[in-house]
Amino acid sequence: MGKTLYEKVWEAHTVRELPDGRTQLFIDLHLIHEVTSPQAFAMLKERGLKVRFPDRTFATVDHIVPTEDQREPFGDPLAQTMLSALRENVREHGITFFDLGSGRQGIVHVVGPEQGLTQPGFTIACGDSHTSTHGAFGAIAFGIGTTQVRDVLATQTVAVNKLKVRRINVHGRLQPGVYAKDVILHIIRRLGVKGGLGYAYEYGGEVIERMDMESRMTIANMSIEGGARVGYMNPDETTFEYLKGRPFAPRGEDWARAVTTWRSLASDPDASYDDVVDIQGEEIPPTVTWGVHPGQSAPIDGAVPDPIEFPEPERAAIEDALRYMKLKPGQPIKGVKVDVAFIGSCTNARLSDLREVAKYLKGHKVAPGVRALVVPGSQQVAKAAEEEGIAEVFIEAGFEWRSAGCSMCLAMNPDRLEGDELAISSSNRNYKGRQGSPQGRTVLASPIMVAAAAVAGEIADAREVFGIGGQHA
Amino acid sequence: MPKIQRISGRGVPIPGHDIDTDRIIPARFLKTITFEGLGEGLFYDERFDAEGNPKPHPLNDPRFRGARIMVVGPGFGSGSSREHAPQAIKRAGFDAIIGVSFAEIFFGNATQIGLVCVRAESDQVARLMEAIERTPETLIEIDLAQMTVGYAGEGFPIQLPPAVREAFLRGKYDPLEVLLEAEAAIEAMDKARPKPGGQNVY
Ligand code: SF4
Repeated sequence: MGKTLYEKVWEAHTVRELPDGRTQLFIDLHLIHEVTSPQAFAMLKERGLKVRFPDRTFATVDHIVPTEDQREPFGDPLAQTMLSALRENVREHGITFFDLGSGRQGIVHVVGPEQGLTQPGFTIACGDSHTSTHGAFGAIAFGIGTTQVRDVLATQTVAVNKLKVRRINVHGRLQPGVYAKDVILHIIRRLGVKGGLGYAYEYGGEVIERMDMESRMTIANMSIEGGARVGYMNPDETTFEYLKGRPFAPRGEDWARAVTTWRSLASDPDASYDDVVDIQGEEIPPTVTWGVHPGQSAPIDGAVPDPIEFPEPERAAIEDALRYMKLKPGQPIKGVKVDVAFIGSCTNARLSDLREVAKYLKGHKVAPGVRALVVPGSQQVAKAAEEEGIAEVFIEAGFEWRSAGCSMCLAMNPDRLEGDELAISSSNRNYKGRQGSPQGRTVLASPIMVAAAAVAGEIADAREVFGIGGQHA
Repeated sequence: MPKIQRISGRGVPIPGHDIDTDRIIPARFLKTITFEGLGEGLFYDERFDAEGNPKPHPLNDPRFRGARIMVVGPGFGSGSSREHAPQAIKRAGFDAIIGVSFAEIFFGNATQIGLVCVRAESDQVARLMEAIERTPETLIEIDLAQMTVGYAGEGFPIQLPPAVREAFLRGKYDPLEVLLEAEAAIEAMDKARPKPGGQNVY
């Protein structure tokens, strides 16, 4: 019987079984940012411990950075304190830091892959639940809490339970105008926000195999919204092609050897899974959320559900969501007025996302009354987009072009919703209050659908707004 | 680490499904470099309006003041991996949560800091909620040795993964010391594993 990538990587990193039944797992790469690390460094200090392997830890600053005016000191002294604390900690412990002036700063889950830090077969931990993103490279990557950040800093290991593995096949092809974001929203709708509890998701099938790395990252990113702490794709030529020549990727003779090893890590054809789910690519519609968690979504030409048609306790949950979102039971999704359009976050703010939108946005204008912003995922993404003329397309259309950071994904910086504004957002979470206003409303969608809504002034079908046709994936 | 076997105190009901970490502690309270004072941000946006005036919420209800045990519905703690969520609960004076189910990362984070999260059947939890809603003085007792919750002459069994229970009973829920013991094996693995941008052992 063959093995899955998950099992192979797990075995290669097992330091030992712990008395409590968990596994002490070695972490190849530890990523840190300003929000979840300062307390961990403080705990380390309290115990008189040092960072065990500083060359396995890399830092960036993303959550609190202002994206409009980055001059220091920041307008928000708390944000400045957090950045200063991180600077102090990385200096003291000799950790590589992609600071604002480095040209490499950005959202941690954009920066890791972009720098070639994220590699197949790695175990990767970060005090951030969207660490699952890095699984797109065939890594076992997961979010940890701050006390575990301390554990990894001190020992380069963490105590964890082994997960079951669910294989999710996306067969066939995607329809034109359907993107990776729609695929993952569709998967979450089908399996539920708790469907992945206790599982690692292995994504495969022709649709996934044909996808570029950035689309795969979009899917792996939102595994956590489906309840799965880990999500991954098997490494293949697309993976190697993406990594080749990146600053921290293996070079020279090492490269060929690395690729041979990486190939051998992919799940064996006869591997057995704890569960298998099959999805037909052609059946996936452009999908948007209407509710207050990522599983509450519908096809763009569908309607908001009517709670009457559901049994308790689902009914109460839907009623509550509709009340919060100020939507009527059964109303069509299309046509809901939007106040804000946000393209950004570790789900969808990579170069290919921006490039794809710019391709269609050219010649269109943001509707009056809509505040539209693009926040590139990293300084490198921003730079490339500016050089390619993508930034210009956005600016001409009426989008604000910002500097890299998490921004309105969770509004720990000045970018936030006001009152009960409704945002269509390329981010990953639509929880109540997530985008900075306690009454703020969020509709999750692919970047192209965000752009379509920005242009139409209401939730709209990008295929109609931009006349998207032909097969693209 | 103190051993945890019995937790007794008054309870507060926090009803609702899938209460996520953004609700438990809104992101703006994460703008801090210590966990101190986080207790004040607990459920802030549900407890206070935009002007800072209190809204009706169990945590604002004077009848539940001083509660040490939170009683919650299914899917509690979903969303982000922010340890700030269990930290806020702990620092607001809670020692335990009785619920129907917990999000995985939240549960792990809570366990490591000695915040006991036990599961029970949903109808039992609902009855407990009603009981403390009716009589806030009700004393609740969680017994990890017996794996039971008792209150007002009633009781029900609770669930906790055996290893987690063991860890509480023996005062070993913070794994750092155990992890540090494997120093030699860690050292060897560091040598054997490739490093980003450096040592390549393929
Ligand atoms: S972009 Fe959003 S989801 Fe991603 S790391 Fe930043 S805050 Fe978290």
